[in-house]
Amino acid sequence: MSDTTIDPTITATPEPDPAHGGGQGHSDVGHQSTTGISNTKLAMWLFLGSECLLFGGLISTYMLYRNRQGDAIGPDQLWDIPFTSATSFVLLMSSLTMVLAVSAAKRKEERNTRLWLTVTALLGGLFLAGQVYEFTVFYREGLGYTTSLFSSSFYTLTGFHGVHVAVGIIMLMSLVGMLAKGRIVGDKAETVEMVGLYWHFVDVVWIVIFTLVYLIPA
Amino acid sequence: MSTDIHPTDTVTHDEHETHAAHEVSDKQYILIALFLAVLTAMEVAVTEIAGMPEALLVPSLLIMMAIKFFVVVSYFMHLKHDATIFKFGFYIGLAGAVVLYAAMLATFHFFIG
Amino acid sequence: MAIIERPTDTPALARVGGGLVTPTTSYGYFRRPVQSTGWRSWAFTVDHKKIGIMYGAVAMIFFFIGGFEALLIRLQLAQPDGTILSADKYNQMFTMHATTMVFLFVMPMAAAFANYMIPLQIGARDVAFPRLNALSLWTFVFGGIFINSSWFLGGAADGGWFMYAPNSSVPFSPTNGVDFWTLGLLMTGVASQVGAINLIVTALNMRAPGMTLMRMPIFTWMALVVQFLLLFAIPIITVALFLLLFQRNFDATFFSVADGADPLLWQHLFWLFGHPEVYILVLPSFGIISEVLPTFSRKPLFGYPFVVFSGAAIGLVGFGVWAHHMFASGLGPISVAVFSVSTMAIAVPTGVKIINWTLTMWGGKLWFSTAMLFAIGLIVQFTLGGLSGVTHAVAPSDTQQTDTYYIVAHFHYVIFGGAVLGLFSGMYYWWPKVFGKMLNETWGRWNFWLMIIGMNLTFGPMHIIGLQGQPRRMYRWTENRAGEGFFNLGFWNLVSSIGSLILGIGALLFLVNIWVSRKNPPAPADPWDARSLEWITTNPPKEHNFDRTPTIHSLDEFFHRKYEDVGEDGQHEYKQVRTGEQVIAEEEAHADEHIHLPSPSYWPMILSLGLLVICYGVIYSFLVIAVGAAIVILALFGWALEPSTADDSEFDPPSDGGQPSKELAHV
Repeated sequence: MSDTTIDPTITATPEPDPAHGGGQGHSDVGHQSTTGISNTKLAMWLFLGSECLLFGGLISTYMLYRNRQGDAIGPDQLWDIPFTSATSFVLLMSSLTMVLAVSAAKRKEERNTRLWLTVTALLGGLFLAGQVYEFTVFYREGLGYTTSLFSSSFYTLTGFHGVHVAVGIIMLMSLVGMLAKGRIVGDKAETVEMVGLYWHFVDVVWIVIFTLVYLIPA
Repeated sequence: MSTDIHPTDTVTHDEHETHAAHEVSDKQYILIALFLAVLTAMEVAVTEIAGMPEALLVPSLLIMMAIKFFVVVSYFMHLKHDATIFKFGFYIGLAGAVVLYAAMLATFHFFIG
Repeated sequence: MAIIERPTDTPALARVGGGLVTPTTSYGYFRRPVQSTGWRSWAFTVDHKKIGIMYGAVAMIFFFIGGFEALLIRLQLAQPDGTILSADKYNQMFTMHATTMVFLFVMPMAAAFANYMIPLQIGARDVAFPRLNALSLWTFVFGGIFINSSWFLGGAADGGWFMYAPNSSVPFSPTNGVDFWTLGLLMTGVASQVGAINLIVTALNMRAPGMTLMRMPIFTWMALVVQFLLLFAIPIITVALFLLLFQRNFDATFFSVADGADPLLWQHLFWLFGHPEVYILVLPSFGIISEVLPTFSRKPLFGYPFVVFSGAAIGLVGFGVWAHHMFASGLGPISVAVFSVSTMAIAVPTGVKIINWTLTMWGGKLWFSTAMLFAIGLIVQFTLGGLSGVTHAVAPSDTQQTDTYYIVAHFHYVIFGGAVLGLFSGMYYWWPKVFGKMLNETWGRWNFWLMIIGMNLTFGPMHIIGLQGQPRRMYRWTENRAGEGFFNLGFWNLVSSIGSLILGIGALLFLVNIWVSRKNPPAPADPWDARSLEWITTNPPKEHNFDRTPTIHSLDEFFHRKYEDVGEDGQHEYKQVRTGEQVIAEEEAHADEHIHLPSPSYWPMILSLGLLVICYGVIYSFLVIAVGAAIVILALFGWALEPSTADDSEFDPPSDGGQPSKELAHV
C-alpha cells in the first residue's frame, strides 16, 4: 500500500539544499549522491564483481580440462614452482606499492604518488616478463596453444590474466603522465584509488590462479 | 577517470569520517604485505611435504588462498572499512561465481574422486 | 529552453603549477562537439533521452527484420516439401530470427525504456556516466549491423541462437557466419555490460531527495534487477564466446570431442547466461505493466513490496535453473532432479506478480486504453506461456517435449506474449511523454487485436504440433510424416503460417499508427492522470528534465501531489486538489538558477567504430585488427583527456554582450 501522507509544504518555497551545490555551477551528477558514495567507486566495484564471473568461467574451464593432455606434456612435468612463486611474489609486492601510492595520493604527496605508481607498473611489467619467459620455456618443452585441452585452457586463462595486467600497466603509466601534466579533473586521490582497485583485483585473481593451477596437484 | 566536476577536496563527510577512524598506516600495509608473502611461502612449502595426503593438502591450500584473497580485498582494497553497498556488489558477484561454477563442475562429476 | 551556465573561470578546470588549464590550451583537436540541432546533435549526444529514442528506433528496425525472417520460416513450413528456403538457408533463418529478436530487439528496446525513464522516474537529469551511455548505444548499433552484414558476406550463422558446440566449429559451420555471430554478440555484450553498470549506479546514487528505495517507481525497480542480471550474466557468455572464437580461429580444442573435450561445457556456459537472459527479456515488461495497470485501474499497484521482492527473487532464482535446458543431454538423474525442483520454484515469485497485477485491477475503475489492453494481454498470454513452462519443469514430461514445437510454443508465448506485449504497452503509454503526441487509439486497437489474434493463431497450434511430434529446426515436413486425420501437422502448420501473416500485419499497424499520428495536436501534460515522477515534466521533457530536483514524500509522488486523502477512520478517499499541469507549473516556478548538463562527445562513437573495425579484422585480416585497436586506444585517450565541457567560445554569445554567467542557449 502506498504512503499516503501529503506534505503541506509542497507549495512552499523549496528548501535551499546546499548539498545540491546550487549556485556553484557544479554538475548535478556525482557531486552529491543519494548514498553518499562516489559514482566512480561504485561503478568500479560492480565491474569487479562482474569480473569474478569472467575469471570464474575461465578458471572452471581450466579445472575441467586440466588433466586432458592425452600423451602430450602435462602440468607435473612443466611447472617450475620456485620461478612462479617468485613472479607471484613480485605481483603481490606490486599490490603493496599500489596501496602506498593511494596512501600518498590521499596525503596529496604528488611526487610520491607518481613514484609508487611507477614502481607498481615496473613490478607489473616484471611479472609479465616472467610470464613471457615461463611460456617460452613451456612452448619449447612442447606445450603449444593447440597441443591439448590442458594447454588451450591454461594459455587462455593465464593469457586473459596477462592482458588484464597489461591494461593495468597502461592505466598506471597513463595515470602517472596525467598527474604530472595536471590533466586529472576532480578528486585525484579517488582516481588513483580506482586504478588501485583494478590493480588489486588483478593481483587477487592471480592469488587464485597460483593456488588452483600451480599448487594443487593435477 | 572521473568525469564528475567537483573540487579536489570534496569527499562526502561520511567517507572522511570513515577514513579518519580506520586509517591504515603505511607501516601496517607493509606488515600485511609481509604476512601475505609468508603465507605464500607456506603454501609452496606445504606442497613440498612428501607423503601429504591430498585430502589434507587441497583444503589447506584453499584455506590459505582464501585468507590471502580476503586480506587483499578487505585491507588493500579497503572493502572492510568502506560502504556496505560495495561489499554487496562485489561479494554477490564472487559468491555467484563460486556457487554457479562449482555447480557446473559438479554436474561433470568433478568433485567425485 | 535550458539555462546553461557557461564555464568561465570555474574551479572545475584543474589548476596545476599556477597556470589555468583550459580546454583550448591543451589538445586542440580534443574539443567537444556543441551542435544542438541537426544530425550531429544526435550522433554525439550524451542525453539519455536522445539515446533512449535511438535505442528504440534501431530496435524497431530489427524487430521488423527479425519478423521478416520469421515470416520466411512460416512460409516455408506452410505447405509440405516447402521450396522457399533450402536447408542451409533455413538454418541461417531461424538462427538469425532468434538472435535478432533476443539481442537486437527485445534487449535494446528494454534498454530504450530504461535509459529514457530511469532518470526521469528518480528525479535525475541524466545517468551517472553519460558518455558510457552513448558508448552502449553505438556499440549495440554497430554490433547489430555487424552481425547482419554476414548475410551479404558469405552467409549468416547457422547453428541456432544457442550455437551448440561442436556443431558450431569450423568443420560443421565452415562459413564466417558463426564468427560474425560470436564477435557481434561480444560487441552487444559490451554494450549491455557497460549499460548495466551505468544504470545501477544511476538508480542507486542519483535518486531525488526523499526517494528511498521503497519509494522508487516499480519500473525502475524491475529495470534495476535486470541490470544486475546483465552485470553477472554477460561475463559468462563472454567466456563461452571467447572459447568458441579461439576454437574457430586459433584451432583451440575446447569443444573437439576427439581431443577429449566435453560439448556440455558450451551448453553449461551458454545456459548459465541464457536462463538469466530470459528474465532479462521479460522483467522490464513486467515493470512496464506494473506502471500501466495502476494508472488505468485508478488504483495503486497492489502489494508494491511483493512485486519488488518477487522481481528480485526471480532474478536470483533465475541463476539457479539453467540446466533445465539440458534435461535430455545426459546430465544424470541427480542433476536433472535438482534443476527440476529449482525450476518449479521459480514459478512461485512469478505467480506472485500475476496475483498482484490481477488484484490491482480488481475493484478498480478500468480504462481500456491501448496501453492497458496490451498490459492485460501480457497477463493472459504470459500466464499461458507460464503454464506450458510448468510442464517443462517436470523433467520426465520435458523429455517428451524437448526439441519439439511444444517448446517453441512455450517460449513464444512468454517472450512475445510477455516481453513484446509489455514493450508495446510501454510505447503506447509513454509515447505522449517522449514525443509530445498521443498515438491514435483506434489504430491502436486494431494493432492490438490483430497482434493478439495473430500470435495465438501462430503459436497456439505449436503446442499441438509439438506433441504430435514435429521437431524443431526442421526445414520442411512431408505429407507422409504429417500424421493421420484432418487436424494433423499439415493443418496446424498452415494455421500457424496464416496466423503469422496476421501477426505481421498487426505489427505493421503500429508503424501505420506512428505515421497517422505524426500530425496530431500536442498531447496534454498529463494525458493518463498518471502516478509516477516522470510525469512531473513537460511532454516531451526539457533537455534538463526537471526545472528543479523534486523532493519526494511518497511512492507515486505525482499522484499524491494531485490527490489528497480526505478519508476518515483509516478509510482512504481521494480528492483532487491540483491538476497535473498545476503540479508541473509549481516545479517550473521554482526553477534552479544554474543547471549544468554534460557536454556531448565524439569519443564514444569513435570507440565503438574501433571495436567494429577490430571485429572485421578478426574475420579478414590481422592488420585490420591493429588498425581497429589503434582507433580504440586513441578513443580511450581522447575520452580521458577531453575537457569536461566545451569551451566558452563555442557556446552562443551572451545577448547582453557582457560577462557570460548564465544565458539561454539554443537547445
